[in-house]
Amino acid sequence: MKSGKIPNQVLQVGFVFLLVGTSMILVRQHFIPESFGELGHYRADAVGVIASHEIQFAGWQACMECHEDQVAAKNNSFHRTLSCETCHGAAAEHASGEAEEDPPLPTGRALCLTCHRYLVSRPTGFPQIIEELHEPAKLCHTCHDPHDPTPSERPESCSGCHAAIARVKAVSHHAPLDCEVCHEVAPEHFLRPRSNIPRKPFERAFCGNCHAAGVDTPANFRGVDLTAFEVPKVDQDTHGGTLLCWQCHYQHSPEAR
Amino acid sequence: MSKTYERREFLADLVKFPCATLLLGVSGPIKALASAGNEYQASEHNYAMGVQIEKCIGCGKCVEACKIENDVPMEPYYFRTWVERYIIYTDGEVSVDSPNGGINGFPPVESDKDILRTFFVPKLCNHCENPPCVQVCPVGATFKSQDGVVLVDDDYCIGCRYCIQACPYGARFLDPRTHTAGKCTFCYHRITEGLLPACVEICPTQARIFGELDKLSTPLNRMMRQSNIQVLKAHMNTEPKVFYSDLDGEVR
Repeated sequence: MKSGKIPNQVLQVGFVFLLVGTSMILVRQHFIPESFGELGHYRADAVGVIASHEIQFAGWQACMECHEDQVAAKNNSFHRTLSCETCHGAAAEHASGEAEEDPPLPTGRALCLTCHRYLVSRPTGFPQIIEELHEPAKLCHTCHDPHDPTPSERPESCSGCHAAIARVKAVSHHAPLDCEVCHEVAPEHFLRPRSNIPRKPFERAFCGNCHAAGVDTPANFRGVDLTAFEVPKVDQDTHGGTLLCWQCHYQHSPEAR
Repeated sequence: MSKTYERREFLADLVKFPCATLLLGVSGPIKALASAGNEYQASEHNYAMGVQIEKCIGCGKCVEACKIENDVPMEPYYFRTWVERYIIYTDGEVSVDSPNGGINGFPPVESDKDILRTFFVPKLCNHCENPPCVQVCPVGATFKSQDGVVLVDDDYCIGCRYCIQACPYGARFLDPRTHTAGKCTFCYHRITEGLLPACVEICPTQARIFGELDKLSTPLNRMMRQSNIQVLKAHMNTEPKVFYSDLDGEVR
């Protein structure tokens, strides 16, 4: 064998090495994405893909462009920390003008109660209500403006405090009568209730205004027309003896005749 | 022959040099301002979140907003963020619940026992400085981006679930549709556009604060300076970047 010539077996092994080496480089190039390792041990292009996800919530600044009044009112109220989309839902499509329908206008009690229903775990001082006791038949926005929910200084109605009576009366024969028909309520009662107690009827003759036999049902009793109702009549001279009406009948839910 | 410096030339230069230096000095900030307007520079940011426990009312609006914004399956097993309710009774028992992640709020407490303390804890990916999930990913599909957000490359994830096992906070899940790992991205598509993450935008009491960690005058840093700050599972050395103010010692 001449010196200087590479032996055959070395050439064969070298060829195998070359083949394995090039195929490894080719496989690597094929499988490893182009941008891998540009910024770290990951595909740099992935950042752009993640950043191109569609936006659903536009942000309250976008609402400001058209609904300046409402946003300004909200930002000066107790609801200043809320975003418009907290209540009205995701509105990016609406903000870009592509939506066919307007964002929902929540009217039920459920949405308000999500935050304002009493839960012992909520922070002290956060305004909460017990939904069964706080005007159960009314919608929140009849008394509270959602964009400026400052509670009014005086209750909007008697049932704000006297809910138990209001609930009973609402399903009774006396349902059409406002509280003021029987009670004289001074305006100060709404501000200082205990030092200005409303007057209650104190004599049989008061009920007799409507219920005494021989008396026509009044067409204007303290501003209420009662002629449409079928009012039961009794002879007050003989009915009940010396008892007062409310010693047998509960005036907020009088028994059927 | 040497050139003499004429008085006229000297006076002209006297005017030229300050003008030139002034222009050079101003052009830098002008360029920076112009580029800040158009293009997002990831390396200039380091994001983090603050959570004020004493402000969370447990309404679950953040959970709902997150699912809508990020197209997370509505089934009650998949959450990028969720709210837990802690109840600590006087006898020392601690109960934690999170019905459907708190997305529909919480039911009243049914136990008759006396309650010592109770509060809500919103949870999400902590976007750790040393993320264990990134360490274990065999293909480099999950990574920490230049702006400090831990992200998942959906096209590259093989769905091996190692990261779900590795996360000490349970912040990851396997998306049943794509069979890739899902997690909070700090709403990366929103923050790169200058918007807030959906949960922060929607929180009615601003219990969540999002912002830059490395800049001093941000709402986040103000909150962190003025509050007693804790992180979750500090002993694991993950260096979480979700900072809780006034967190109770019972919270895990």
